[in-house]
Amino acid sequence: MTINEKQDQIIEEFSAFDDWMDKYSFLIELGNELNVLEEQHRTDQNLIDGCQSKVWLHAELKDGKIEIQGDSDAIIVKGIVALLLRVLSGHTPDEILNTELYFIDKIGLKEHLSPTRSNGLVAMVKQIRAYALAFKVKQG
Amino acid sequence: MGLNIQEIRSDFPVLAEKVYGKPLVYFDNAATTQKPVSVIQAEADVYNHYNSNVHRGVHHLSNVCTQAFEDVRKKVASFIHAASSDEIIFTKGTTDSVNLLAGSLGDTLFSVGDEVILSEMEHHSNIVPWQLLQKRKGIEIKVIPVTDEGELDLDAFEKLFSAKTKLVSVTHISNVLGTINPIEKIIETAHKHGVPVVIDGAQAVHHLPIDVQKLDCDFYVFSGHKMYGPTGVGVLYGKRKWLEIMEPYQGGGEMIDKVSFSGTTFNDIPYKFEAGTPNFAGVIALGAAIDYLQEKGLSKLWEYEHSLFEYAVEKLKTVPNIHFIGKAKARTSVISFLIGTAHPFDVGTLLDKLGFALRTGHHCAQPLMDRFGIPGTVRASFAFYNTKEEIDRLVQALGQIEGMLG
Ligand SMILES: Cc1ncc(COP(=O)(O)O)c(C=O)c1O
Repeated sequence: MTINEKQDQIIEEFSAFDDWMDKYSFLIELGNELNVLEEQHRTDQNLIDGCQSKVWLHAELKDGKIEIQGDSDAIIVKGIVALLLRVLSGHTPDEILNTELYFIDKIGLKEHLSPTRSNGLVAMVKQIRAYALAFKVKQG
Repeated sequence: MGLNIQEIRSDFPVLAEKVYGKPLVYFDNAATTQKPVSVIQAEADVYNHYNSNVHRGVHHLSNVCTQAFEDVRKKVASFIHAASSDEIIFTKGTTDSVNLLAGSLGDTLFSVGDEVILSEMEHHSNIVPWQLLQKRKGIEIKVIPVTDEGELDLDAFEKLFSAKTKLVSVTHISNVLGTINPIEKIIETAHKHGVPVVIDGAQAVHHLPIDVQKLDCDFYVFSGHKMYGPTGVGVLYGKRKWLEIMEPYQGGGEMIDKVSFSGTTFNDIPYKFEAGTPNFAGVIALGAAIDYLQEKGLSKLWEYEHSLFEYAVEKLKTVPNIHFIGKAKARTSVISFLIGTAHPFDVGTLLDKLGFALRTGHHCAQPLMDRFGIPGTVRASFAFYNTKEEIDRLVQALGQIEGMLG
């Protein structure tokens, strides 16, 4: 599936919720289901600045594709991390660098994320793009 | 006669707002309080009717404006029972007041190796200015530890004094724990050692009767915006004997006596510390805030606020898996808590969706968070326009959230 197909799929899934409570319950569920970040990757280097809660993102390049792992100490944020990974992990640096992320807005989360929180979200996306750029440069 | 809370609420326009279609419950009063119409109007009146630079002109408007501005200095002096309005310096806020002190006392009082005593429960505003002085001057910072209950360890405090101790600077009420510190005792102890004391009154000046002469504190600092006044105005009270020997902190207009390139002489206190055009419109509106509090009756407001606080402490105990950070015997207005192992951010996010304005995070008191080994807390802080019904709603909401996160 392309990144955009995944985004559209998530938007579709979220459209089933008409109540914000259900939406957040779903995010909490996603957070709980997220694969654990391997302990050796829970480093200060992988820690994202600009969030009220801690967020770690670790990326590796495998067969030309970026595999991302992540975690947060706040469960709702972890749910958002899970969504980001679902959309972006497993894609090439170019694919990641060339797509517009529109699903956060469309599922009605961004508008409810206060500046400090959305800064966190912006910081996460920025970090993933930075990883992608670094891998792209390394690949030559 | 009791307070008519509905009538009081109608004086505060923001309280009628809805968030996400739900009536706003404003429990973030320790961050900033809402403003009554009279305060908003007072500031608008300045700009609508008599805006003019203070202390400058011979013309009518300037005189009216200067008079109104200086009247507030007297009002503030009487509000905190200062001996003279010369001892009231207008600043931008608590942070600005502490920076002024660290800047000016840094020159007047401190040499390399001298010590200032702070506490583990200070707001960053009462830590970082001293750390900057530490960098500039090579002073030392000693810290009064906080007990598990959230009180200052006074035995440890006594032991921090040395021949090099030059100043003690502590908060009156903790913005995280709600602890009311025994500042009378702290001041007495410090004075026994011949050391002056700064009290950070940001969380106290609107919750307790303040008599700086009775307290005998050397400095008392606070912010207008936390006491129903406008933002961008604060106060530094200082005893005359200190203010007179202190060096000016900033230079500019208003604070001078005579300026020439061969040497400049400074104005008298308080003007020596008020360089540049002050936020006179804000100061005048701060006066309206004091009027409002006094009209409603300070002791009645405090009594009601404290009864709300006690009600909240009791009711919140019924929330499953709640635990409180800070259980001092003497506390008021602020309650910090966590729900089970949930991150405060998660609790805050869900509370926000339910229409509650609360603060989550470290509350600019990271050393205190480290002390308790937590990333932050959820903090509810109350004002006299809050109601028991709002607290009941919070308790119910937290029950629901505990179910979602648990
Ligand atoms: C105890 C305490 N000190 C200082 C401050 C800083 O006040 P301001 O931001 O108004 O300068 C605060 C405000 O949060 C506070 O609670």
